[in-house]
Amino acid sequence: MKTFKQSVETEGNITFIRVEGYIDAHTAPELEKVLQEMIVGGRYKVVLDFQQMEYISSAGLGVLMGAISTFRENQGDMKLVNLPSKVYKVFDLLGFSKLFEIFDNRQDAVAAFQEA
Amino acid sequence: MEESCQYQASFTNDTANLARIRAFVREKAEGMGFGPEELDKIELAVDEACANVIEHAYPPEAAGTPKCQQLHLCLKLEFGKFTVIITDHGETFDPSVIQPPDMSEYLAQYRVGGLGIYLMRSLMDEVDYHIQPGIKNEVRMVKFLVPEPSES
Repeated sequence: MKTFKQSVETEGNITFIRVEGYIDAHTAPELEKVLQEMIVGGRYKVVLDFQQMEYISSAGLGVLMGAISTFRENQGDMKLVNLPSKVYKVFDLLGFSKLFEIFDNRQDAVAAFQEA
Repeated sequence: MEESCQYQASFTNDTANLARIRAFVREKAEGMGFGPEELDKIELAVDEACANVIEHAYPPEAAGTPKCQQLHLCLKLEFGKFTVIITDHGETFDPSVIQPPDMSEYLAQYRVGGLGIYLMRSLMDEVDYHIQPGIKNEVRMVKFLVPEPSES
């Protein structure tokens, strides 16, 4: 069973975080840590790539919610790409799909940052 | 009253066990005939319920002490009614004071947390708490088994 992995890369002022596995109450602190590092480093434009993510619970949503408000307060944003259907349904059920900008791929997310 | 469970398992109150709990419930529910969509809902609802127990019923300072550090899962399917019963012996709480969030307000204010029970109620057909202060806390969640339409 996959657990949780993340990898970070940057392109200009945009940070890409690829998340793999699941985000539940056990692994959410790991994602929170990397998002906090973005905030501390003043990197407020973040794209989260969920292509390899299998599962998210409300603990994971809470971590995303805690970070996106700070990003937006600092003229940045957190954009989500490649959400598997199972993960998207959780966002949609709670209305998070209205709050977060969700794209089919990284290019569209980057373009949205450039248009902003 | 003793429950007659088709499947049961106990887990220590550690978030590291949530993945095992999800796998256990998903496997058994799949064997009972649920399709992927309903399995996803059951899996998430059970995760939320158990995460609540781990987070709230047992205080962190009690970790490692021998008393009452487990949560117990009982699964049963009777006449198309799948019931998950999660029992713990931790801190009591009053579920009646927990109101469903106004999601528009919640999102507008970038609130964090407090969605577990709301999710459980959204995902399952029935969610009921049975609290016996000082004895046990029990949440019962029901999902009715409805045949999913075939792909063809």
